[in-house]
Amino acid sequence: MAATPKEPVNFTGAGPLNAPISGLLTWVDQRFPLMSLWRDHLSQYYAPKNFNFWYFFGSLAMLVLVIQIVTGIFLVMHYKPSAAEAFASVEYIMRDVPGGWFIRYMHSTGASAFFIVVYLHMFRGLLYGSYRQPRELIWIFGMLIYLSLMAEAFFGYLLPWGQMSFWGAQVIINLFDALPLIGPDLSTWIRGDFVISDATLNRFFAFHVIALPLVLLGLVAAHIMALHEVGSNNPDGIEIKKHKDAQGHPLDGIPFHPYYTVKDLVGVVVFLFLFFLVVFFMPEMGGYFLEYNNFIPADSLKTPPHIAPVWYFTPYYSILRAITEEFMLVLAIGVAAYAILIWLTARDQRVKFAALVIGFVVIVLMKGGPLALEAKVWGVVMMGAATLIFFLMPWLDRSPVKSIRYKGSLVKSALTIFVITFLVLGYYGTQTVTPAGTLISQIGTLIYFAFFLLMPWYSVMDKTKPEPDRVTM
Amino acid sequence: MSEKEADQGKRQFLVAATTVAGGVAAGAAAVPFVASMLPSERAKAAGAPVEVDLTALAPGERVTVEWQGKPVWVVRRTKEMLETIRANDANVADPKSQKKMQPAYAANEFRSIKDEFLVVVGICTHLGCSPVGKFAKQAEAFDPNWQGGFYCPCHGSLFDLAGRVYKNKPAPDNLVVPPYKFVSDTRIVIGEDSKGA
Repeated sequence: MAATPKEPVNFTGAGPLNAPISGLLTWVDQRFPLMSLWRDHLSQYYAPKNFNFWYFFGSLAMLVLVIQIVTGIFLVMHYKPSAAEAFASVEYIMRDVPGGWFIRYMHSTGASAFFIVVYLHMFRGLLYGSYRQPRELIWIFGMLIYLSLMAEAFFGYLLPWGQMSFWGAQVIINLFDALPLIGPDLSTWIRGDFVISDATLNRFFAFHVIALPLVLLGLVAAHIMALHEVGSNNPDGIEIKKHKDAQGHPLDGIPFHPYYTVKDLVGVVVFLFLFFLVVFFMPEMGGYFLEYNNFIPADSLKTPPHIAPVWYFTPYYSILRAITEEFMLVLAIGVAAYAILIWLTARDQRVKFAALVIGFVVIVLMKGGPLALEAKVWGVVMMGAATLIFFLMPWLDRSPVKSIRYKGSLVKSALTIFVITFLVLGYYGTQTVTPAGTLISQIGTLIYFAFFLLMPWYSVMDKTKPEPDRVTM
Repeated sequence: MSEKEADQGKRQFLVAATTVAGGVAAGAAAVPFVASMLPSERAKAAGAPVEVDLTALAPGERVTVEWQGKPVWVVRRTKEMLETIRANDANVADPKSQKKMQPAYAANEFRSIKDEFLVVVGICTHLGCSPVGKFAKQAEAFDPNWQGGFYCPCHGSLFDLAGRVYKNKPAPDNLVVPPYKFVSDTRIVIGEDSKGA
């Protein structure tokens, strides 16, 4: 099969090297789709012209990924993944390796920065309905990135082998212990031992430095390919592809390069300014980025008096702690009410019956005497559900408009209450258990799930404004 | 190339057979990888019984020893402590130790072989933190009527001085009593039963 020769590439930069560069590019392009990749993803990827502040965080997330990979490679050159040596090797990096402290603080600050950027990026999606049809897969790939990132952060946190590393991993791995039947064997398999040990540290190192980074890179590629297939959403939540010029380019679109590459560079500069402010002046961030107890070597006989996960896990941790035996009754009533709501409002008979049957089974498993699962199991289930429920967003939101700009007060208040709840749950997740804190976490848990589960109703009842035909600035 | 038309039925059969055979082979190949993550023979061999001398343990005090990488507590309970346990049945979830969280010889009122000595694995049955000893009978932030026992700092579970879990706490079960035996009046071996006792 003879390849059709491609057009020569005409490099149009300034200077006397134009001809040789054009020649080289032509040579490469006839063997590799260089120019078409460049065009499809940068110079002729048309993005809406009305991107605002919230649109910086996608490219910033890529920047932090690069920071984490590069600093990670250099940390691995000095780190020893063994229970006997890990803690000392991290201190060795901090004290004796030239510039080691700088690389390590970039990596530890980068972990928190990653979650800040990703949470803001996800919030942007919630604001402007970026998960809506036809962008469901972008959202799903994004959620998979978020889950992988949580796993990556969790595995990485064991590596310094400090007290919080050890006891944090102990608590999270014991979550699997709660599962009926397979639980204890599963957690032993994850640890590779009957307790957290050298075997656990070694495998977590393998996951952290090779397995999950590969998964993350693959998912990021899928996320961007899906995005560039359907095109970016924008703050108005309308499709720019509806209005095209004679060449078939969207009238409200501008090429990603140079317009948004240059704009994103401004975001990068501001971000790096803040990032290095933390790296140089407050790398521990008051115990939130690096917990004080983690400067004590792991001791398998003594739990620190106050243990809490790093801040980015705390909303879910609060939900885990909120599920107590007495709260199960409230949860069961909530499930019953939800099943009845579906029964009363669904049109499809099969949906009605499915709601009743599933609702009944869940209630039996919650409060059904000998058939009920322990509150501990439900804590784990609810924590898992709290992270996974984001996946359903494209199908829960039934509003006729995508963007918050044209949604009514009902959806706006729901989103506001959800964000406040997320932050309050996050705060209580960092605190020791008190009766008041538990009660607030329980209320927060109910609001958290109500935001998602009631969305099919309130997003329809909401009084929306008409969307504009063309984007507004 | 042959001029004959492809036999679609045969082709479908071959595709299905190849897929199934390949799937079985891939599944079988996964077995050694999954198995490699199980505890190694060395890890299984570790965890020999530990002998503890209790002569130096004063009444009301606790000693922590390591057994199979886990903390095991031995508490020498005073008369008053035993009294609070007796009075505490209403507050705990499994006062009669009916769930199998202990060997049969410790399924009694004080969950021990000798009333005086409590031997438990110091790992919370919720998510595996090691609770803190709060032996004094005084008002605490987590319980104004605190009778003395153990408090788990991770998720607030409470245990009394027999390692029995309080009701309505995240931990579902009493603290585990490991197999142990007295080899003399003041020496115990943790991790071994006295056979036939």
